Amino acid sequence: MTFRRYLVLAAITLTSAYGDTLLARGMKSLGPVSLHHPLELIHAIFNPWVAAGIVLLCGFFASYLTALSWADLTWVLPASSLGYVIMTINARFWLHEQVSPLRWLGVVFITAGVGFVTRGPSYTDHSAGTPEPVEEPVLEEVLR
Amino acid sequence: MSTLQILATIAMIASIVLTATAGDILTASAMRQVGDLDAIRARRGLFGAIAAVLSNGRFGIGVVCLALSFFSLLFALSHRELSLIGPAATSLTFVTNAVAAKIFLKENVDRRRWTAALLVCAGVTLLAF
Repeated sequence: MTFRRYLVLAAITLTSAYGDTLLARGMKSLGPVSLHHPLELIHAIFNPWVAAGIVLLCGFFASYLTALSWADLTWVLPASSLGYVIMTINARFWLHEQVSPLRWLGVVFITAGVGFVTRGPSYTDHSAGTPEPVEEPVLEEVLR
Repeated sequence: MSTLQILATIAMIASIVLTATAGDILTASAMRQVGDLDAIRARRGLFGAIAAVLSNGRFGIGVVCLALSFFSLLFALSHRELSLIGPAATSLTFVTNAVAAKIFLKENVDRRRWTAALLVCAGVTLLAF
């Protein structure tokens, strides 16, 4: 794993957590949307909070696809699940939601899972027919 | 909750989980076919990398499956509580993804990855309380 790849992982985590938090913030300011008026969802897209959330979630999808091009799905999903932890912290301190002790225990479980998987290899090297992992750039090259 | 309502809830969660798993597996398989995006971007530029992804058939089907999963989620949320549907669907998808990745993508899902998937699955479930 290079520094650049850790940055991609951080981008997945942060954009998913803040994207969802911004969506929740925007939808709270708009109020509940009735199933009888689904077009209100189109109107919600123009809310600045929701729009910012959608931009971040587009960034999430791009960085998620980038990670899947050099790492296994069963590595990327747990490794990027720290986003749930950040989302819970945002919900507690930014949106002022109640977070029970059991939820904090859930945060501990997720953190343990992330710590567990990121210590292992990220890519299953198959024989012919799949891309060879490319040469990793050195840190100085990445930062240049 | 009646037996019929329980069965309906299971069906709604199953449809979210199955379409999400299919979408994740297809997009992961597509990205494996495309190859390292950093290397492609270095050779062909950003638009070359975007074109390589968008021209992959599996990627298109994967995105359709992810869209179906999103609409299944919206449908389920219109009938049941978010605190039930959200964690149940997310945590089950972690497990089904691990099984499907082992079968279809031939990923090396060793004890470490199983433990991580189950820890995250348990953690997401606890977030419902």
